[in-house]
Amino acid sequence: MAQEKAKSSYYLPAGVPAPKPAPDGLDTEFWDAVRRHELVVQRCRRCAAFQFGPEWICHRCHGEELGWHRVSGRGRIYSWERVWHPIHPALKDACPYLVVLVELPDADNVRMIGNLLGDPMRDIAFGAPVEAVFEDHEEGFTLVQWKLAG
Amino acid sequence: MSTDEFTVKDKVAIVGIGETTYYKRGQAPVSEFRLACEAIKKAADDAGIAVTDIDGFASYSNERNDASRLAAALGLPALHYSNMFWGGGGGGGSGAVGNAAAALVAGYAKYVCVFRALAQGQFVRFGQAPAARTISGPPAYTMPYGMSVPAHWVALRTRRFMYEHNVTQDALAAVSLACYHHAQRNPRAVMYGRPLTREQYDGSRWIVEPFHLYDCCMENDGAAALILTTADRARDLRNKPAWVMAAAQGSGYRQGASVENAPDYASSNFKSLAPRLFAMAGISPRDVDVAQIYEHFSGAVLLSAVEHGLCAPDEVMDFLTFENITWPNGKLPINTSGGNLAECYMHGLELVNEAVRQVRGTSTCQIKDAEISLVVSGPMVSPVSDLILHG
Repeated sequence: MAQEKAKSSYYLPAGVPAPKPAPDGLDTEFWDAVRRHELVVQRCRRCAAFQFGPEWICHRCHGEELGWHRVSGRGRIYSWERVWHPIHPALKDACPYLVVLVELPDADNVRMIGNLLGDPMRDIAFGAPVEAVFEDHEEGFTLVQWKLAG
Repeated sequence: MSTDEFTVKDKVAIVGIGETTYYKRGQAPVSEFRLACEAIKKAADDAGIAVTDIDGFASYSNERNDASRLAAALGLPALHYSNMFWGGGGGGGSGAVGNAAAALVAGYAKYVCVFRALAQGQFVRFGQAPAARTISGPPAYTMPYGMSVPAHWVALRTRRFMYEHNVTQDALAAVSLACYHHAQRNPRAVMYGRPLTREQYDGSRWIVEPFHLYDCCMENDGAAALILTTADRARDLRNKPAWVMAAAQGSGYRQGASVENAPDYASSNFKSLAPRLFAMAGISPRDVDVAQIYEHFSGAVLLSAVEHGLCAPDEVMDFLTFENITWPNGKLPINTSGGNLAECYMHGLELVNEAVRQVRGTSTCQIKDAEISLVVSGPMVSPVSDLILHG
């Protein structure tokens, strides 16, 4: 029963490939943080540049001391798309769905991909403010989704 | 350009082209490797050389049919050059030609064959996510959200560009309709005999907005190949040489940044290449007579045209109209064989062959007096490449 309820609360059905931290340890902290419902972005300890996706070296100063900086989870829609064609068997009955590219003003406008919660047929404005929503999955991972703010 | 700067201009020509029958995905009656061999033989025949004169291969995009197996299977006396262009998508279509040209100018080889064989029906399809339970690395930030295939990446960039420059669906439709229009004159085209109307375009299902079905390339089986050689040899062969006027490859600042983080996002990634390309050719964008612009998705053509200076960003709606980009009277006909949308998705190498046909004067949509023929390969991936040929 609880399982059914949990499943129905996911934006996309279970069965889509689940995120797993990279074996080299590069992004373990990111996935651990979102599990705690904290959104973090990689940041250089030397020059303070943000970067995402994570990398082993700072693209700006080439420093190798990179940390994770907690951000507010507030962003703006930079681009978006409504997906109608299922690219995975698990998505066969899940279309259409909305994918948004969100920029984070408090982290040098790095961008993240997620789904925009709510009616998939809604109109979307470029620049619309959004907030991160943490979607916990029973398999032990958490996705970062987005909802319109305000 | 000073004489000590590297250039391949007029030092190398494409002297032979060939392709197999182009099939819908899964319909090739023979293996992908055999398709590769057939296209290579046809290109050599077209050039008027023996297959065994080939002493180099160049390809791109994880080509499966490697140079050593081909050299052994074809009994080449020796292989003097083998080269793969990094990166996925069709970004290396012109780049492989450029690499072959560089090898010839450097004297590594005498006849380099550029080829691409692709039987999506026999291997993995590009438009589907993997069946894996979990995913790591950069795709872990996109695939769990149902965002993982080229259509999705290109749609996001195109959508942003359309927003920034007030571009509507009409420009995308024009590209699609132009490709289908040209394919109706090309018996090689998979969509030959399958004309497309605006009503059919508008009524077709969405794949991912803003792309209808007809904005997306086909999935095909087949192979294409071409032969390059040096100027002295080219002049003695039977075909009118298609001279390499310029070739460029590369990528802009952090265009390969993961998870859609290229700083200049609404870009086809040609801003750093096009100026180098035209500088090597010694011409301006206005001099281009006909263009083959890679369209895995129609939207990529808009950004590529802008970044090659064919029109200004805010002129897209006026310039990219069906009338302007179609044979026979368009200001700048584009994808005159039908391209990836309607001739064959041979990862864009069919576009290079068509560019050669235009300067030879043998296209099925021949542009009158076409002298300067532009090829744009693989917009929105990294690295990308482009090429200018002249007759």
